[in-house]
Amino acid sequence: MANILERGTPAPDFTLPVTPDQKLSLGEVKGNPVILAFYPADWSPVCGDQMALYNEVLPEFQKHRARLLGISVDGAWCHSAFARDRRLHFPLLADFEPKGAVARKYGAYREGDGFTERALFVIDKTGIIAWSYCSPVAVNPGADGILQALEELPR
Amino acid sequence: MATLKVPVTPEDHIQGDPNAELTLLEYGDYECPHCGRAHPIVKRVQKHFGRRLRFVFRNFPLTQIHPNAQAAAEAAEFAGANGRFWEMHDLIYENQERLGRPLLFALTEELGLDAQRLRDALTAGEFEPRVRRDFLSGVRSGVNGTPTFFINERRHDGPWELENLVTALEARRAVV
Repeated sequence: MANILERGTPAPDFTLPVTPDQKLSLGEVKGNPVILAFYPADWSPVCGDQMALYNEVLPEFQKHRARLLGISVDGAWCHSAFARDRRLHFPLLADFEPKGAVARKYGAYREGDGFTERALFVIDKTGIIAWSYCSPVAVNPGADGILQALEELPR
Repeated sequence: MATLKVPVTPEDHIQGDPNAELTLLEYGDYECPHCGRAHPIVKRVQKHFGRRLRFVFRNFPLTQIHPNAQAAAEAAEFAGANGRFWEMHDLIYENQERLGRPLLFALTEELGLDAQRLRDALTAGEFEPRVRRDFLSGVRSGVNGTPTFFINERRHDGPWELENLVTALEARRAVV
């Protein structure tokens, strides 16, 4: 497994497509906690479960004023079809061109496979990584670690 | 190893001897086809262990991908408030391929309960907090999909065919 960025590291900034004609920067959502969920691919069964789960837990994340961003190397059109199919209520970012560039910055890119790790980052409101976790690619990491990390953030 | 963060209490739906040495707990979704397949397997596990096992069911509906899961969970809770939880639970899984509001109302009537009362309860969201409480207890305990089983408060990872569950339960017995 890759060595992902650890707690205490400033979260590298990025700007990525969030829809085919819109972009989103990490800097734009600063001021509130951010949950960055790298996942290998749209449509693959485990990711589907993971994103479907986060979709249901969203109100709990929002209680901490946290913004959830999904991110994979799939393109924006693929993301929009996936999000519509699964009725996802949070943005999916396309780390598509140059492929995996943002994942690489976070140490979450799988060179041989060409997709990202299943890596989670909770970034505090000042832009510092407060918690990170890399799950085996075939295992849905669930949401308990994220919720705990959010609770432990200083108010 | 993920563990159950919210212990079993009398508020839970418990089938079998409440003081049994073994507990099999399932987080399930009534519209999830895997849970539908697990249903008869759980029955066989219960038959295998008899009085030594209690079975607990908690709701874990993935409402955005399963549009009928929330209503089904609330209908089972409605039946539960009328002392008929397990009958409704079984009926929903046994008729899962026809799941929808008409089925839930028909099953309610089949149990001799008032379908109009269920309709009102669904509209008012009467049992929504109960279902959400179950769901969040699962999230806290590391439930990441359905069905997820816990054996004596420890998450059972891997396959859940009859032989897997029986072996895992027997192993827990040996520890106890």
